[in-house]
Amino acid sequence: MGYDLKMRVWRGDAEGGGLTDYTVEVSEGEVVLDALHRLQATQTGDLAIRWNCKAGKCGSCSAEVNGRPRLMCMTRLSDFEESETITVTPLRTFPVIRDLVTDVSFNYEKARELPYAELGPRDADGKRRMMQVDVERGQEFRKCIECYLCQDVCHVVRDHEDNKQHFAGPRFFIRYAELDMHPLDTHDRRRLAQEAAGLGMCNITKCCTEVCPEGIHITDNGIIPMKERVVDRRYDPLVWLGNKIGLRNKDNDGRTEV
Amino acid sequence: MATTDHGVTSPGRAHIEERTLRRDRWWLQPLTTFVVFSAFVVYATVRAFLGRDYYASPYLSPFYSPCLGDCVAGASDFGQPFAWWPLSAALIILVFPLGFRMTCYYYRKAYYRAFWMSPPACGVAEPHRSYSGETRFPLLLQNVHRWFWYAAVLVGAVLTFDVVLAFRPMPAQYAVGDGETSGVHMGLGTLLMLVNVVLIWLYTLSCHSCRHIVGGRLRHFSQHPVRYRLWTWVSRLNESHGRWAWYSLFSVAIVDLYIFLLATGTIQDVRFF
Repeated sequence: MGYDLKMRVWRGDAEGGGLTDYTVEVSEGEVVLDALHRLQATQTGDLAIRWNCKAGKCGSCSAEVNGRPRLMCMTRLSDFEESETITVTPLRTFPVIRDLVTDVSFNYEKARELPYAELGPRDADGKRRMMQVDVERGQEFRKCIECYLCQDVCHVVRDHEDNKQHFAGPRFFIRYAELDMHPLDTHDRRRLAQEAAGLGMCNITKCCTEVCPEGIHITDNGIIPMKERVVDRRYDPLVWLGNKIGLRNKDNDGRTEV
Repeated sequence: MATTDHGVTSPGRAHIEERTLRRDRWWLQPLTTFVVFSAFVVYATVRAFLGRDYYASPYLSPFYSPCLGDCVAGASDFGQPFAWWPLSAALIILVFPLGFRMTCYYYRKAYYRAFWMSPPACGVAEPHRSYSGETRFPLLLQNVHRWFWYAAVLVGAVLTFDVVLAFRPMPAQYAVGDGETSGVHMGLGTLLMLVNVVLIWLYTLSCHSCRHIVGGRLRHFSQHPVRYRLWTWVSRLNESHGRWAWYSLFSVAIVDLYIFLLATGTIQDVRFF
């Protein structure tokens, strides 16, 4: 049931490189990562690939398959014609280290800029209580495996290197949203999200949602609600008037702007 | 190494000259959006500036409702406070639904991709050298979407009222058969207006700003059970917001065209009872 798969794989490093053609024998039920592993084992022992779980849960084997950001371990060969040439390149938004491995430290720098949850005082019995209905929105975002495919496909940084300094990206916008929806967090991150994280740079074209292997509704459930919260703070005269005359949104009281 | 300091060919990134390595028909969706939206804009502009053939009793075109300018007899159910307005009455009211759709989160995605190619499709490099998103004027004004939503709710209420009026008996010149008009009438125009207003409401109530206002802004759903229930309903509608955006765009144009054809005498209303 096996067949010879034609592949084009990007080989090189930061100094330069290009697509190299290979033919590798593959079997039914295999994924792109299997084909690359066989290539590595039989023809190109020095091919650099980052991978770990092979189950779509570690987020390590992110790459671009036929120009689309994908997890290589979750991209089935059966999705392609047997006669089709599959092109695999590293993520095109981040600096390449070698072959299919990129330096994704941009994301860790952005993670460090995001203040963690600051919880309020405990209840009298020393416990903290949250209702399930209050935390389930944020739990969707906890499914993130940090594969950074959303960061890779986001045109704000993919097509504009100079924006990286002022833009945190979709992965961190859902983190901002998760914390802003947290029932016990005492930080108000709306100003930070708008100014330091560059939420306004996002023009909600939803590519992050399209590539998310976990199916997180990044745009509809994370970025847009966060944008609406920024509107509450900055652009809604009704909210401003309500605050002035004492009709505050009491559900958001007690938070400190960071 | 032939790299520039721009986008996917920036120094340090994997050196690949192609804007995209996608081989599927990624251009089809933005092209379709471009053609359909352009056709609608041309049609709506012509009809809005025409200033006539928008009322065929009891049907009033949604482009002209509420008709607040110097409108034809019977079309102004809310008076004519802008009777002095020298241009088409549609221009007074259309700014609200137009602004609602222009600032809509779904339409923004659609036209940023199709018209501004920012980006044209996922993983396809955009042609612009610089990008500031929605941080500067005029795109900063996208943040007023919820204000247009408030207006859109009012417009939706008026269009609903128009549907009720569309059940009125038709005047003799539009009546079929022996010309007799009964107490209640329903024709194809009534049906089209009814379908249109349902789609308009689905689009309006599935709006992301609506979702935020009814409950999304809360941090403690458990303390606001009614708003949580509303938020749950709107969230369900919101999943298809793009679909309602397209369907209601078509329906509003179809209703207007039908009324135009009636008003110009090109066709006669199909009367059910």
